[in-house]
Amino acid sequence: MNWEVVIGLEIHTQLSTKSKLFSGAAVGFGAEPNTQTTLVDLGMPGALPVFNKEALRMAVMFGHAINAEIGMTSVFARKNYFYPDLPKGYQTSQMDHPIVGKGYLDVMLEDGTTSRVGITRAHLEEDAGKSLHEDFQGMTGIDLNRSSTPLLEIVSEPDIRSAKEAVAYVKMIHSIVTYLGICDGNMAEGSMRCDINLSLRPKGQKEYGTRTEIKNVNSFRFIEKAIYTEIERQADILEDGGRIIQETRLYDPEKNETRSMRSKEDANDYRYFPCPDLLPIVLTQEYVDGIKATLPELPSQKAARFQSEHMLSEYDANVLSSSRAMADYFETANTVVSDAKLTANWVMGELSKLLNQDQLDIENSPVSAQAFGELLVRIKDDTINGKTAKDVFQAMWDGEGSADKIIEAKGLKQVTDTGAIETMIQTILDANAAQVEQYRAADEDKQKKMIGFFVGQVMKASQGKANPGLVNPILVKMLKG
Amino acid sequence: MSIDKQDVQKIAHLARLALTEADADQYQQSLSSVLSLVEQMQSVNTDGVEPLSNPLEMTQRLREDIVTEENRRDAFLANAPQTEAGLFLVPKVID
Repeated sequence: MNWEVVIGLEIHTQLSTKSKLFSGAAVGFGAEPNTQTTLVDLGMPGALPVFNKEALRMAVMFGHAINAEIGMTSVFARKNYFYPDLPKGYQTSQMDHPIVGKGYLDVMLEDGTTSRVGITRAHLEEDAGKSLHEDFQGMTGIDLNRSSTPLLEIVSEPDIRSAKEAVAYVKMIHSIVTYLGICDGNMAEGSMRCDINLSLRPKGQKEYGTRTEIKNVNSFRFIEKAIYTEIERQADILEDGGRIIQETRLYDPEKNETRSMRSKEDANDYRYFPCPDLLPIVLTQEYVDGIKATLPELPSQKAARFQSEHMLSEYDANVLSSSRAMADYFETANTVVSDAKLTANWVMGELSKLLNQDQLDIENSPVSAQAFGELLVRIKDDTINGKTAKDVFQAMWDGEGSADKIIEAKGLKQVTDTGAIETMIQTILDANAAQVEQYRAADEDKQKKMIGFFVGQVMKASQGKANPGLVNPILVKMLKG
Repeated sequence: MSIDKQDVQKIAHLARLALTEADADQYQQSLSSVLSLVEQMQSVNTDGVEPLSNPLEMTQRLREDIVTEENRRDAFLANAPQTEAGLFLVPKVID
């Protein structure tokens, strides 16, 4: 059977506010347990929530970035369920009137095609606390620091048809929220988590199959792998004539499998109702338009500009604009050297290589964009060649100073004096008279192969400093005799 | 409209309430009479009327994004029957 996969994603993004969604406690990863809590976060009777203005602004900003309708009147609702890390017995969320309504994103796939993914809604809600299941006197430990941390849950339409498309979509959301500065995008710390709704149907069938939901997948790679393994699991069941049970599943990266968490039939009864502790949020057109005016250039707009303004290829433009920090680095360096192609190659090549090697983000690069640009200037004006530049860059990386300082200190300046190069070549031709004879006797095709030997000798004699662009023509001329 | 005992037990379970048989009988009756009232109200034509989310004709006040609360963990933990390493302890939860 030929199956079509149908995927919808729910992405929880943690908003980068200083304080919580409904209380004045600090928000932050890694604090001592229960040191960032208030009576509101603990769900003490009589403690009332007050809504954070900044979380509202961030949500509206996101709405603009995905071309969405903004909910001019939005309402908080209670989602009722019992779990010890949710002491109130309900999560304050939004149901019928979310802050962000229907929108969409155009997602660029690896093969260069674009597909439109509809976004059903994005709503504000509070996070729950954390349960620690290590053995505490045979009990479970509860840390409520995360309780009431603001989340924006972004719900897509079931428009996604492959694992690759799902990852491309999540990456795009990631790059948008980090561009907007509304989420730090740190997936390892749980700032972005993804629930995957997935079902299969025979190709050509209109009705959806029964879906499962894979909860809390927290890396791009795991999203892709979880989807592949779940597709395989469902296809196996269906092909054996079985049926899929609608349930929540968990992805285990170590075993690369999904397993059942709980059946949804019972758990699904959340009994939503409008939260009586919070009044409707009513926005003015002026407020909404004011936020639109503050939107920064978005990744897709930046990629388009990089192509038109800097004449970069579509691929280069997309890679460089995928993170705001990388785009800024590229643009700053390029301002210094004014050679976009050279800068793009070096940012995506050597710089990315060393960042990967040391597992650093571009924000923490030991070489600033300005200093990087100054190195590129020395390649462009032929002071050093590309190969030497890599050594200089490594030295800059290791903290040995600016490009000019290192070139000077190590005497790496390229020899561009044609007289000096001619003298050097003459010495080599004299020392290798037999090879010169052979060369002169050979036909043109053979000569082309043989010249490499002489170039190598010259580079060796000059310790890599001879300008290869000059060496070649002089060498050919002198070999003719 | 009325509800049966199974519904009552389900609602009680969702609210984590333990009911005796006698409790369940009583709740079945009183909840059913509430539902009759609701049924009566449902005969009113509400076409085009937005559900009311709050009876107050006011809108939500907003709070500046400032950290105003300090760490009061010791006071909070003092309310809990059992704690360890700064954590509240609860009966073991297994997912």
